Amino acid sequence: MLHTYDAVIVGAGGAGLMAALEASKSAKVAVLTKLYPTRSHTGTAQGGIGAALGNVEEDHWEWHVFDTIKGGDYLCDQDAVEIMCREAVEVVYDLEHMGLPFNRTPDGKIDQRPFGGHTREFGKGPVSRACYAADRTGHMILQTLYQQCVKQGVHFFNEYHVLDLLINQGHVCGVVAYEIATGELHTFHAKAVFFATGGSGRMFKITSNAHALTGDGMAVAYRRGVPMEDMEFFQFHPTGIYKMGILLTEGARGEGGILINGKGERFMERYAPTMKDLAPRDMISRYIYLEIREGRGINGKDYVYLDLRHLGRDVLNKKLPDITDFVQTYLGIDPATEPIPIQPTAHYAMGGIPTNYDAEVVIDKKNTVLPGFYAAGEVACVSIHGANRLGTNSLVDIVVFGRRGGRKMADYVKRTDLVPLPPDPEDYVQEQIARLLASHGGDNVANLREKMQVEMMDKCGVFRTAEHLRNVQQTLADLQDHYRQVTLMDKGKTFNTELLEAIELGNLLDLAEATVAAALAREESRGAHYREDFPKRDDANWLKHSLAYKTDSGIRLAYKPVTITKYQPQERKY
Amino acid sequence: MLVSVRIKRFDPDVDRKPHWETYTAEVEPTDRVLDALNEIKWHQDGTLTFRRSCGHGICGSDAMMINGRNRLACKVLIRDVGAKISVEPLRGFAVIKDLVVDMEQFFAKYRSILPYLINDNPPPEKERLQSPQERARFDDTTKCILCAACTTSCPSFWADKEYVGPAAIVQAHRFIFDSRDEGAGQRLSILAERHGVWPCHTIFNCTDACPRGIEVTRAIQEVKDAIVTGRV
Repeated sequence: MLHTYDAVIVGAGGAGLMAALEASKSAKVAVLTKLYPTRSHTGTAQGGIGAALGNVEEDHWEWHVFDTIKGGDYLCDQDAVEIMCREAVEVVYDLEHMGLPFNRTPDGKIDQRPFGGHTREFGKGPVSRACYAADRTGHMILQTLYQQCVKQGVHFFNEYHVLDLLINQGHVCGVVAYEIATGELHTFHAKAVFFATGGSGRMFKITSNAHALTGDGMAVAYRRGVPMEDMEFFQFHPTGIYKMGILLTEGARGEGGILINGKGERFMERYAPTMKDLAPRDMISRYIYLEIREGRGINGKDYVYLDLRHLGRDVLNKKLPDITDFVQTYLGIDPATEPIPIQPTAHYAMGGIPTNYDAEVVIDKKNTVLPGFYAAGEVACVSIHGANRLGTNSLVDIVVFGRRGGRKMADYVKRTDLVPLPPDPEDYVQEQIARLLASHGGDNVANLREKMQVEMMDKCGVFRTAEHLRNVQQTLADLQDHYRQVTLMDKGKTFNTELLEAIELGNLLDLAEATVAAALAREESRGAHYREDFPKRDDANWLKHSLAYKTDSGIRLAYKPVTITKYQPQERKY
Repeated sequence: MLVSVRIKRFDPDVDRKPHWETYTAEVEPTDRVLDALNEIKWHQDGTLTFRRSCGHGICGSDAMMINGRNRLACKVLIRDVGAKISVEPLRGFAVIKDLVVDMEQFFAKYRSILPYLINDNPPPEKERLQSPQERARFDDTTKCILCAACTTSCPSFWADKEYVGPAAIVQAHRFIFDSRDEGAGQRLSILAERHGVWPCHTIFNCTDACPRGIEVTRAIQEVKDAIVTGRV
């Protein structure tokens, strides 16, 4: 079935909805999501959205800029960071005006709390910058934006899974989507396409990410020649529930929670004397593993404690109710009386589809724009997060760049005509689905996925070496061979989620390969990418973004410079 | 531990009516019911179909009836339901396949109560002020994740499919009692209609079913009171 729109937005989390609100003011817009909008992963963000409102103590957006760049280990494009931190302030007020129920200060303003890596006066100590709604800030952002979309009459196609990006005459001109309820294919012909499909954390075994986070938008673009930028940088959040990976917000440490090892020591005091438990996530995750390696896990095991006992029941109930509930539900523990077993959990892709600060997709080292293609949020790499994202900045990213991209795209479609569709636009997807349904090789999707997740966690996680990366590279190549042999039991057209899980695994495998290739090439340690065989940052050779291209002869890596405005790289101490 | 999972199945391409199938799965007592369903889907029967996403009770995808009660499959542990587990789709919605139900009518009712802040005054340069007490007034109902566990546990909804249902009233409550909102009158007149709040007979199934711990029945009662007294 053919549909024609000015613009198609894929993904209905914070970035997609923000783009939809902007673009649909003047353009005919469709939003496609493989879920229902309110199921999107934005809803699981907990602790807050960073903006230098200065409601609780003195703060300036310029301080936020510095913290973001230093937190990102100087791989951020500084012009984009300046835009983000400046616009964060007005966009938080906009969210409040839309009805977002932030917690309030006694004088009725938006309340703010400290968060990892956010400092006053360029690193002198923690600052209260995270604007929050209890520990369900993402839930409230998602609900509020969806409410506004209902008010504005935004047109949604729910449970439509996008499987291909259409490019013709050098322009992006649509997508092909699979209607989950019926198995029908739909071609959406549009002047512009906006990807806001989120991350790819399901390539790792222990993750905070939803089952749905399978890198769909990234993989679809990657197969159509769009490079993946900075894929070697994947953030592990320090405090996932042991073995389950469920996120426990950094806001818990913002409120005063501490990490303790098996000897009862507050070990972060040793590693980060100023910021302690509010050092950036990459560092804390590494130090947790170091403590464990040196035998100082709890009872010598592979976890440490997040201790919230001293916060008291009132703070837990008012400011951290959801994580209190998670800990009670999944561990049977009352955080007011017992410490919580935690381990680092795969959390956030800093890398993704390269864009400029207007969310236009750029495809080479000269930042050439691919006309008609936009991306924002975790699927994209602007890059504002550099080598390691600061807490709260994912929410800042989605609202600021979702909005900027939505505006830019609305302007673009006014000035542009539809580019004709390529011949037989659905052929590629039809063939992909037919192959999966017809295969009788006997391999099982879940088994292949499990193997990928375990290997990526062990060998391409917080610590990496050339040997381990080569090893996992070989494993992924084997898994790709087996993937061609997967057999599905469900051959039907109605709500065939087995077929979709198979397609999602294909997406994850392609992205895992790009991640490993970029990680193996980068012979330095920076932010979340830590090479034990190259433990130092190497600005002389590696102060640059990687671009991974998928070609017929394998992955080709290229590099592009980092935009530096005010802040030259310095040693990163907290 | 070994658990027996009895699941109500229906594939419209094959079946004329629903039937039960029973599977045995090896799981840990601390696993979620969702883990058991995944274990079955991934390793025994790929045709078993259900929605799921976040896996920890926030996205609202996997509401279903588990041992006779509406729960999120990702928020109830095996040790809490025992070794014999019965799973069926939410009651009162059309079944698309197995545990997947048609949510369109549910969201249409959500939209009918004007689920967005109504305030036509130009906003101030910074935030609208709201005291912590004013903010606390509607905190409980901001937690709703639109999973439909409440609405589909309600005997009044089973009897009257036109009833707007607990979830939509919870969403209305979230705005009616927000000091920044000026649309209470419009929403209360919608909810004062025959299929608004009045089919609620204070049965408390909704409160029992809510995976977010929202006091749904109390919220409905507060909306009823506001309609009767004309005050919020």
